[in-house]
Amino acid sequence: MIVILDYGVGNIVSIRNMLKKVGVESLVSSDPKEVKKAEKLILPGVGHFDYCMSQIRRAPYFEELSYQVLENKKPILGVCAGCQMLFDRSEEGKEAGLGWISGEVIEFDRNLMPANLKVPHMGWTDVYPKANTPLFAGIEKPRFYFVHSFYVRCGNPDTITSESEYGFRFTASVQKGNIYGVQFHPEKSHQFGMKLYKNFAELG
Amino acid sequence: MKRVRVIPVLLMTSSGLVKSKKFKDYKYVRIFNDKQVDELAIIDITASKEKRTPDLKRISEIAQEAFMPLAYGGGITSLQQAKEIMYNGIEKIILNKSAVANPVLIEEIAGQFGSQSVVISVDVKKNLFGKYGVYIDNGTRRIDIDVFDYVRKCEDHGAGEVLLTAIENDGTYSGYDLDIIRKITSCVSIPVIANGGASGIADFKIAILDGGASAVSAGSMFVFQRPHNAVLISYPSVEQLETRLYNQLP
Repeated sequence: MIVILDYGVGNIVSIRNMLKKVGVESLVSSDPKEVKKAEKLILPGVGHFDYCMSQIRRAPYFEELSYQVLENKKPILGVCAGCQMLFDRSEEGKEAGLGWISGEVIEFDRNLMPANLKVPHMGWTDVYPKANTPLFAGIEKPRFYFVHSFYVRCGNPDTITSESEYGFRFTASVQKGNIYGVQFHPEKSHQFGMKLYKNFAELG
Repeated sequence: MKRVRVIPVLLMTSSGLVKSKKFKDYKYVRIFNDKQVDELAIIDITASKEKRTPDLKRISEIAQEAFMPLAYGGGITSLQQAKEIMYNGIEKIILNKSAVANPVLIEEIAGQFGSQSVVISVDVKKNLFGKYGVYIDNGTRRIDIDVFDYVRKCEDHGAGEVLLTAIENDGTYSGYDLDIIRKITSCVSIPVIANGGASGIADFKIAILDGGASAVSAGSMFVFQRPHNAVLISYPSVEQLETRLYNQLP
């Protein structure tokens, strides 16, 4: 059972709809007991970094979540703002991030981009995974739907699992051990997203 | 490769999707999903006029069949309604009449869900003197505002995108109204989605290259009305879009 972490933020229903479509059992919950029992966790996120961070810290399962992820090494997938929350800090706000992956979240620099590219970066974009990244296994010519004004900059380049391009190359997904993050929205990315969630569900 | 969004706009009324008797069935949303469209916009065109509130059950059913970004509009007058729609699996709220009547609603939705979640649908028509007017109530009522002031004001209130429909081109396959697309894209910095009149990929290319549109949409081009109420849904393949559109863009 995958538990989708409910903290009053994020497009939870879309993730649940897609997991259901690919036959993966999931539960939306804010109950620490369910977080403890879960095989895997998904951290959704949409909206302002500070709002997401203050909400998750206030969630009744927050301590249990940290324990399960950091000590118990339970696989967790952060999606969009949920991916950004895994890092130390964000230029978007003042709140500290979860700090589970070293690095920071920075804003698209319009000075480095052609004038016709708008921020937020919104739309379908090709994603270039590194070799042997389990989340992208079996996905040919991956492309995903993105909506974001900020992106992650990893402290350790080894944690980057894929890149994408919008004016310049940026990190599209990360992994550090049991902690995974994707900047794009797999739940809104047709068969590409279905395969990615299936891959996450089937991680050993 | 730069991929621009190609967005089918589906119109519905209280009794189903508009186009023909047979098209009313919501299973057609699933066909658009199977064709892997980039994004889908669904607009209830008579909700405001008939003072109906959004049908959440129907919205939820649609969202369960569609694994791409979804925008929904029609009869949304409050933040609470927008929230309920978003919690049912939709990520963008389309405002038309409400953006005119209560621009603060744009701020409220953008404040809670971000600017990218608010799309302003602007229906325009030229008068005899070549001046563009803004229309509401499914293009039946002209309102007395300057279209350029209006879109700038929407942007200031936090709108994330403009869905620009040239009413007179809509359904004609005569191509987009490039004049108004150019004028609107040069007066706001948020993405503008060109709508009304497209008949093929060539029109998309012109709207982007000459008009400055960030995305393109169409209705009739994707949903053909055939004799005897038959309906044919078509959407360009990824290969067609890659060779004839994306690869032609700078």
